[in-house]
Amino acid sequence: MAPWSISDQRIPQGRLALVSYLSVVFVVLLLIGFWKLQVVQSGHFADLAERNRVRSIPIIAPRGPMLDREGRILVDSYPSFSIILLRDDPKSLQKSLAQIEEGLGISREEILQQLEASKNEPKFQPVVIKPAASAADIAFVESHRADLPVLELMMVQRRRYSHGEMLANSIGYVGEVSPQDMDRSEGRYRPGDIVGKAGLEKRYNDVLEGTDGMRRVVVNSVGKLVRTLDNVEAIPGKPIQLTIDYDLQAIAEADMADKEGSVVAMDPRTGDILAVVSRPTFNPNDFAVRIPQDEWNRHYSDPETPLLNRAIQAQLAPGSVFKIVMATAMLETKSPPETMRAYCPGYATFYGRTFKCHVFGKGGHGDVDLHKAIVQSCDIYFYNVGKQLGIDRISFYANALGLGHRTGIDLPSEEAGLVPSEEWAQRVYHRKWYAGETISVSVGQGAVTTTPIQLARMIAGVASGGILVQPHFLKNFPNPRVDHFAISEDTVEKVTQGMYGVVNEGGTAAGARLQNIEFCGKSGSAQVIGYAVRNRLGKQKEFKDNAWFVGYAPRRNPEIVVAVLVQGGEHGGAVAGPIARDVVKAYYDKRNARLQQQASNENPDQSAAPRPLIATVGAQRP
Amino acid sequence: MKDRPRVQDFDWALLAIVAAITGIGVLEIYSSTHASGMAGIQWKQLMWVGFGIIGMLVISRIDYHVLLDQAPVLYLFGIATLLIVLAIGHSRFGAKRWVSLGGGPNLQVSELMKLIIIIVLARYFSEVRTDRLTLTDLVKVAILTVVPVALILKQPDLGTAMVLIPVAVVGAFLAGIDWKHTAVGVVLLGLLIPFGWNMRHHLKPYQQQRIETFLHPEEDQRGAGYQILQSEIAVGSGGFWGKGFGKGSQNQLGFVPVRYSDFILAALAEEMGFIGVCVVLLLYLGLILRLVDNAQKAKDKAGMFVVMGVTAILGFHVLVNASMVIGYVPVTGIPLPLMSYGGSATAFVFLALGLVMNVRMRRFVN
Repeated sequence: MAPWSISDQRIPQGRLALVSYLSVVFVVLLLIGFWKLQVVQSGHFADLAERNRVRSIPIIAPRGPMLDREGRILVDSYPSFSIILLRDDPKSLQKSLAQIEEGLGISREEILQQLEASKNEPKFQPVVIKPAASAADIAFVESHRADLPVLELMMVQRRRYSHGEMLANSIGYVGEVSPQDMDRSEGRYRPGDIVGKAGLEKRYNDVLEGTDGMRRVVVNSVGKLVRTLDNVEAIPGKPIQLTIDYDLQAIAEADMADKEGSVVAMDPRTGDILAVVSRPTFNPNDFAVRIPQDEWNRHYSDPETPLLNRAIQAQLAPGSVFKIVMATAMLETKSPPETMRAYCPGYATFYGRTFKCHVFGKGGHGDVDLHKAIVQSCDIYFYNVGKQLGIDRISFYANALGLGHRTGIDLPSEEAGLVPSEEWAQRVYHRKWYAGETISVSVGQGAVTTTPIQLARMIAGVASGGILVQPHFLKNFPNPRVDHFAISEDTVEKVTQGMYGVVNEGGTAAGARLQNIEFCGKSGSAQVIGYAVRNRLGKQKEFKDNAWFVGYAPRRNPEIVVAVLVQGGEHGGAVAGPIARDVVKAYYDKRNARLQQQASNENPDQSAAPRPLIATVGAQRP
Repeated sequence: MKDRPRVQDFDWALLAIVAAITGIGVLEIYSSTHASGMAGIQWKQLMWVGFGIIGMLVISRIDYHVLLDQAPVLYLFGIATLLIVLAIGHSRFGAKRWVSLGGGPNLQVSELMKLIIIIVLARYFSEVRTDRLTLTDLVKVAILTVVPVALILKQPDLGTAMVLIPVAVVGAFLAGIDWKHTAVGVVLLGLLIPFGWNMRHHLKPYQQQRIETFLHPEEDQRGAGYQILQSEIAVGSGGFWGKGFGKGSQNQLGFVPVRYSDFILAALAEEMGFIGVCVVLLLYLGLILRLVDNAQKAKDKAGMFVVMGVTAILGFHVLVNASMVIGYVPVTGIPLPLMSYGGSATAFVFLALGLVMNVRMRRFVN
């Protein structure tokens, strides 16, 4: 017998029994635990299990295209592939990094950065590492399916701005939805959704945006597709047709290519915007794919403000274009009477201060009446008009002609400009209005600022006898607002005669004259800063006068009005005038060609000339 | 009175329960893996069971008194082996736990240490002559246990290291322990648990790897939490009746982590429901009660301690594994005996049962 076996051999039965009871207790406790999960909470967990295995893959709906007034495509969408990185399996992800780095040309740091950025998203949601995959990238992914299972292709819809910079500031651009918009959308948007961020893309986002479809698939724990459950097709966004005329737009763009400023062409009868240019500009295609933060910052903080839509956001002194408001106010109030004359020696003194005419230094306009004052843009004449009218009457007519408040154009972030008044001076600066300020305002300087679209609308409003239509880009814009401001026939006649003279009677824009077209308008050369400051700083470019020309045709009840702003262009009639002329000429060329064609279609037998091809096609239609 | 132990004296009721559990385990291993790259491992598991049965027969032939006589030698052998593993053993899943057996299957030596600690502590406790363990006794038991525990922790394998402790605890309880000593022990354990919880990050790199350290090094608890959550989802979504054999989405699509091994109970719970869990847990309860019954009928204290050592380890395995599956304890890598896939673990259970048969066969032998 071993020594250890001689001890007390009584088995502790009581303690063993206790162990048995304890075992029973433990098993009961475990069963309670299972009961809680499997019976009490089974619904909750069944839900979670379902969410685990079923993955919803969005089918991105293409955004609706934008067409010009004749149905030509300005913006559309095209399917493209994004390369996505599956994050379910970190081990193989890590192993693949070097190969991905080399194959797709994305740096390791960049990939890790993106993984870091989305670390709080669910694991099964992949990361887009290359938003616009090239053919070579796609081939790389396809040929490495076996050894790089972490890469996958995803079809997306991408925005294509077919004409690059053309109309860019008005069209705007799209981008990934912001967290704020996502919160506000009450679940409509998911991270990474593309929405309109600016311009028409933003304004008509609801129309352009389609409804994404959804494919529900069963996946396993490493996210591999096992089978498809169901498919809900995407509903594409609706197209919008714009009032823009591509041909006019192209001409305006070409004329402005090397300039800073804006062109707005509008049909004042309907409010249709025919062309809008804003320079400098940007290429919205750069924004359609993911834009690096520094490039965005560069655009955003560029001192030349390429993102600003100058047509509706540049608030500048209108200069002599404002004299049309003055002339209208004068004729309507008869204060001073229309027979007023003034003598222009090149300068005049008001309230102890000398005010110059734009011809100062080259003599003066001599004896001036209203017609000559408009045609030659005599400042001295309008100083006198303004002195007699007073700021509040000027303010009233400026407001009535649409200045100082938004036109209501269908674009976000339109600016209102400013029409000063005594009340305004009191409200904003808590001071009296000085009579001397009125003199400056009389020639569109001083506190008064306007946007190009406001000036276009104002000039056309006067020429059409006081009808101001709400400008708009959408061809089927519902009920554009029409402001009627009664201007007497006599006033309209006299002011439009003046504007006819500006172009056709050797006025300030004589170089803009057109054959057989009643092209009228008013030029302006507005100081950016006062003469005193300018003389102190010297004649640097940034202080050159802004050149304005607002032209329209025909003289009464115009069909087209074009406002042109060339910043630093100095001479309104000579620099801005020809641009407006080109647009108007293009408009009439097109219109005449159309009329001719209609005529030949209506009277095919009388036409001896061979029919144009397009008419033949038309005739064959049933 | 018989003079010779016979195989007929095996505990056939106990073996029937073992067969039932093993059978269910093999079926669930099949269900969990048949559609994956691991298809067919149920046959390997059956092979291990076969080896285990042979081992059980062999170990039951050697009188446990002989084994207990050799306790010091076995203990030193076990410690030496653990040291060798630490020195030259090769890594799998980031832990040095395996020794290569000359071209054959690799053996996880810590499993061997479980058997040795049962024998060593049985020997120690049966030598205590009084009905109460003195403080010296307790300290000696603690040292005997802590040395292999520390070596296994160093591998690192927290699960197996922890499993040795219940042998000492249950043994001390049966040998008679002062309530004051119990109180002190409980307090010490209470202090050790948070320590061990923290150590697990340092000691188990293979777990950290699972936890997607690459993506979220600062959030590695989320990885472990993910495993537990997937296990809970599997269990919970199984409901009362289960989704059916081979039809659990959590299991079949691989959401349940190591569903054929440590988390096999989650796989079973999903497919067989609460009913299936009841059956399995009651089978385990039957196994434990049957083991205690064998302890009660042992010829001497030594035999009782051997059987209860086995009971302590198996009971602890079941308790901790089932608790882990329903999220009551963290993931530690303690398999479910007889059900989880794994060679060494399965072999250990059958060898341990061999010890129990050994004691049982000799209860009437002089």
